[in-house]
Amino acid sequence: MGEKILMKGSEAIAEAAVRAGCKLFFGYPITPQNEVPEYMSKRLFEVGGQFVQAESEVAASNMCYGAAAVGHRVMTSSSSPGVTLKQEGLSYCAGSELPVVVVNVMRGGPGLGGIQPAQSDYFQATRPGHGDFRYIVIAPATIQEAVDLMMDAFDLADRYRNPVMVLADGLIGQMMEPVVFREDPPKEYDKSWACTGCAGREKNIVNSLYLDPKDLEDHNFHLFRKYDEVEKNEIRVEEYLMEDAEVALAAYGTTARICKTAIGLLRAQGFKVGLVRPITLWPFPYRTFRKVADRVRFVLDVEMSMGQMIQDVRLGVVERCPVHFYGRVGGMVPAPVEIVQQVQRLLAE
Amino acid sequence: MDANDTAVFTYPRSLSRTPTHYCPGCLHGVAHRLVAEAIDALGVREKTVGICPVGCSVLAYKYFDCDMIEASHGRAPAVATGVKRARPDLVCFTYQGDGDLASIGMAEIIHAANRNEPITVIFYNNAIYGMTGGQMAPTTLVGMKTSTSPTGRDPIDRGAGYPIRMVELLNTLEGPVYLARQSLLSSADIFRARRVVQRAFSLQSKGFTFVEFVGTCPTNWGMAPVEAREWAQKRMIEVFPIGVFRDREAEAAKASAAKEA
Amino acid sequence: MANHIEIDRDRCKGCGLCVASCPRQIIELGRDINAKGYHFAVQVDPSRCIACQMCAVSCPDVAITVYRGRK
Repeated sequence: MGEKILMKGSEAIAEAAVRAGCKLFFGYPITPQNEVPEYMSKRLFEVGGQFVQAESEVAASNMCYGAAAVGHRVMTSSSSPGVTLKQEGLSYCAGSELPVVVVNVMRGGPGLGGIQPAQSDYFQATRPGHGDFRYIVIAPATIQEAVDLMMDAFDLADRYRNPVMVLADGLIGQMMEPVVFREDPPKEYDKSWACTGCAGREKNIVNSLYLDPKDLEDHNFHLFRKYDEVEKNEIRVEEYLMEDAEVALAAYGTTARICKTAIGLLRAQGFKVGLVRPITLWPFPYRTFRKVADRVRFVLDVEMSMGQMIQDVRLGVVERCPVHFYGRVGGMVPAPVEIVQQVQRLLAE
Repeated sequence: MDANDTAVFTYPRSLSRTPTHYCPGCLHGVAHRLVAEAIDALGVREKTVGICPVGCSVLAYKYFDCDMIEASHGRAPAVATGVKRARPDLVCFTYQGDGDLASIGMAEIIHAANRNEPITVIFYNNAIYGMTGGQMAPTTLVGMKTSTSPTGRDPIDRGAGYPIRMVELLNTLEGPVYLARQSLLSSADIFRARRVVQRAFSLQSKGFTFVEFVGTCPTNWGMAPVEAREWAQKRMIEVFPIGVFRDREAEAAKASAAKEA
Repeated sequence: MANHIEIDRDRCKGCGLCVASCPRQIIELGRDINAKGYHFAVQVDPSRCIACQMCAVSCPDVAITVYRGRK
């Protein structure tokens, strides 16, 4: 393990990508993620890589498509309205089975919304773009976890030849915390499918067009067999103080940290409250919620949105217990005391 | 027939044997062949990556016998940017029509040119959307009837805009190395076009190179192939003049020769 | 032997561009049809062919090979 360094979240995420062997970044400025491209515009040229400030998010995602098509590790980052534009290139990446890592530092919407932290892109992360496909979506709650997950993201992308979205929010991006970078060298993956010039082989084609309906159906079946594998192998979830919990909070990312503080306050008052924190938002840990639902009085889902992840929480719980919701939006961050009050109120009902 | 006869015109190695889906007399086939011939002439088939667009040439990945990437609509220059930034040693071309390049892909082409990305862009301009059934394109001539300009493109009363001249537009930028427009409307023109395409590919390592072809769309123009060529000769060339608009290398060579003299 | 062209009848789509391009006017669209249903082009008088390649370069389907005869 390397030494401990104090880093800002956005920069730590960028540095983790470089250490994962990513030498290409294509992006477009948007608040609150500008530290990622700014860091990359300096750092990548130091390691023999390339940085392009693209003309738009649409172009940036298609530059990623091109770099991934020749078999290189590549990433982009953006924030909510920009991610909407990136959905185009990323759908083509999924259709053409190209590994790309995209960081979404979420801000409030809809429309231009605001520039403060939010979690209102859960839908566009877990129900992405046009067509039947998935991103693997991972949501860090600390800078250290962001760094670790960022390095994992490139492996997941390469292993499954699919876009991976790291879903963070402005708090993760702006916070400073000590981090340690793993020092294992980037893993090698078979990329014989890449368009590297056809010397000594038949030509390769990177493509998502299937004009024959039978072929397109087969292609979708193929993608979903792959997604089945992802669901089998890659679900990550943290259960925090759930052993004796009578109430389960459900939250991801920054909100989960706030929930942990709230749980501390509640436990000090004698309330047995725990947290289920999905780390992968897709594949979603439905089974964990199913298991938990039999043991608790209710689940309180807390988000910085009007209630998006709650749909998946409900699918997991399958009406085995009540699922309540508490959310703040528009850049308003729930305070621990608000969550404490919600739990107390629900317990009193 | 004599086995000793010399074949002076043969099928290019870089073109696959797959018959194209193009309508009879469509000049996409000629443009494809010229690209393949340039790749052959430079001997770079095994390190070439082609990028095809959305539009009639969406299936071009089947027709070139080199590595091929299918881009989303208009984004081929962005995809090419990704390819060349990752692998500057590869030869990379995009092949795009007028709707793809001059409408939805306007931002991507302008900025790839402005960054002087070392790619070769082949732009087939036939003033119409072919694949979707003959709608008005950014290069449709004023007064030209299409399925979305049924009374003729009208820039004044219907606000339908004027034909965009891409080479001239790109020629306002500092970046590009080579900018040319060439017609495919006669055999003599095609011989000239062959030299232009080869020049563009040979200069790719220096920066952004761009060749616009003036072509036809007999089907959506509602004309026989020969008639379409004649119509384009008469009507399109006056709007889209032929020529090499920029050749930075030739200009530099000329300048240094003048200095020595 | 002599200058001549070979037309791949199954690639030909009968567009007639080669017919219009031939300076000797020795290419015609034939009466027969190929597998795709097109009246494919044929060279009617090879003895007048000058192997100029005008037909071949104009052909969008790369259906024509041009041979130059040995003198």
